[in-house]
Amino acid sequence: MIPLIVEIEALTKVYESKLRVVAVDGIDLDLKEGEIFGLLGPNGAGKTTTISIATTRTLPTSGTVRIAGIDVVQHPAHARRHIGVVPQFNTLDRSLTVYENLYFHCRYFGFSHAQAKARALELLGQFLLTERKNVYPAQLSGGLAQRVQIARAIAHRPTVLFLDEPSAGLDPQSRMAMWGTVQELRKEGITVLLTTHYLEEADSLSDRLAILDYGRVLALGSPEKLKATLGAHTIFDLKLKSRDGLEAVAAALKARPDVTGAEVTADGLRVIAAGSDGLLPDIVQASARFGLRDLKITEPSLETVFIQLTGRDLRE
Amino acid sequence: MNNSKEIRGQRSEISPGSGEAAPHPAERPGLGVHLKAFLALFLRDLEVLTSGLGNRGSGKADSGNSFAGSPGSGIFFKAFLGLFLRDLRVLLREFHVFLARVGMQPLLFLFVFTFILPRMGGANLMATGGGVDFGTILLPGLMAVAIMFSGIASVALPLSQEFGVTREIDDRVMCPLPLWAVALEKVCFSAMQSIIAALLVIPMAYYVPAAPVRVHVANWFLLALVLVLSSLLTGSLGLVIGSTVNPRQIGLVFSILVVPITFLGCVYYPWANLGKSGLVWIQIGVLFNPIVYMSEGLRASVTPGITHMPWWAILLALVFFTAALGRWGLRGFLGRVLS
Repeated sequence: MIPLIVEIEALTKVYESKLRVVAVDGIDLDLKEGEIFGLLGPNGAGKTTTISIATTRTLPTSGTVRIAGIDVVQHPAHARRHIGVVPQFNTLDRSLTVYENLYFHCRYFGFSHAQAKARALELLGQFLLTERKNVYPAQLSGGLAQRVQIARAIAHRPTVLFLDEPSAGLDPQSRMAMWGTVQELRKEGITVLLTTHYLEEADSLSDRLAILDYGRVLALGSPEKLKATLGAHTIFDLKLKSRDGLEAVAAALKARPDVTGAEVTADGLRVIAAGSDGLLPDIVQASARFGLRDLKITEPSLETVFIQLTGRDLRE
Repeated sequence: MNNSKEIRGQRSEISPGSGEAAPHPAERPGLGVHLKAFLALFLRDLEVLTSGLGNRGSGKADSGNSFAGSPGSGIFFKAFLGLFLRDLRVLLREFHVFLARVGMQPLLFLFVFTFILPRMGGANLMATGGGVDFGTILLPGLMAVAIMFSGIASVALPLSQEFGVTREIDDRVMCPLPLWAVALEKVCFSAMQSIIAALLVIPMAYYVPAAPVRVHVANWFLLALVLVLSSLLTGSLGLVIGSTVNPRQIGLVFSILVVPITFLGCVYYPWANLGKSGLVWIQIGVLFNPIVYMSEGLRASVTPGITHMPWWAILLALVFFTAALGRWGLRGFLGRVLS
């Protein structure tokens, strides 16, 4: 059996101020060793609060969080040894160079001078930062700073790495690079918990994910499972030269059990199907005589799943 | 501000087994032990640090191997040391800036009031009775001011920035150390800077003034005690300011807090002289000002020829203000890093 690295039980957090805000409303989650787990939800869904509690920065109203078996409320200082954090903002030490950021982070975690030095140099190499070892954080681009933050977060070899909105503020290229970096962490056996409100990010990075809204878990499972069980669809968009008699084709396709919809569009035909196995050749064959010019297939996406669950769009 | 939350946070930080029920247990248990161990480790690692922190030298390659990764409280000392070394690195890199920051004010003060003004002829308006030169009165006062400015500059200003703007504190707060110890490290490091700043004033007072300054240390132990307590006091004051004042208003702190407590801190005049001059209401009013006890304590230590408060009162007040400000500052600090 794969050991559980993060155990979140009946977690709640209520902010009692002028306005009573229930940020986290009874969350249960278990993370297995080595998996990449995504927390997906719109802003204000409770993702960051959940991470804050798990990383000892916020005290829960009730419920427990255990990291590697250590209760984060009872023994926060001990739990922190197992935790690596990449926060939403750039929190690199601006008074220290890139190398020193890594070196002193290791010192904070009990490494000796020689150990810290070796680990910092190793990370600089691993994250392709060696050329920038003597640069100060203020001189780094957003993508590079994020890379240093990830390197720093795993420097003390934590059991679990928390990434809070890791691609916030990154340009598309840096985002792709960051995804690559996170995928690489798999090799190190680090368990990763990341929050995001980008569907593509959650979809392509996580082994399992939980969809959160209003502080509750709405759905939990692998992206594929969520898409399959929650009725996400593949969409085929065909561009055709002629449209005469196309209605008959649409009706014929619609009659298939795996097709949920087929309609004639301005350019040609759109087919919406629950599964795509074996459907594509039939569609191509049926539309061949209409002069097929182009075909676009949109794979099942979490976006439809999310909208179905929460009734609102993820991008606010 | 939610008290119950904070107290819960503090209590949870104690190592398992120390089941004290005191209202603020987090500030006390094992502090002396922590400090002693920390000092021992610090002295050992200082050598490694100075032998080339960056890239050179691997003389002490395996010192501390047993700590990395192994559980136990050893990690706490190591983490504390790591924080201290980080601050030391930043300080040493810009040591000339530090010297200019702490040295400029006392230097100019001494230069103007004890070198230029006496040469302008006539009686020194600021000299007190009894034939004591103003420089002798000024020396302990300037040491107190140096301690205070250093404490505020090295804790309040960076903390306020780190809390409000840069969030740099996050990484240090995430190290495997109870949160109160992270705050304590800030105060301790500031205290070290304050002591250096205060000691720097002594050679200045020796060389700059036109008339010789009469320095006489009768009791070195008391001098050390006053220096350490005063430095911890201003470090705690810095913690209070840094964790409660918005970074945009930090400049205001200087005009409405630092300047008044300096001018009313018996820096430029002995406390006893206020009474002799018939200003008893001021003499009593300034008793709420912690700087008074720093000035008077240093006056009693380095220029005992000048009338000063009794020792017991000075030490009692210094301890009281350090504890009160320390507790207040710690609450503020915890409130900022723990929600």
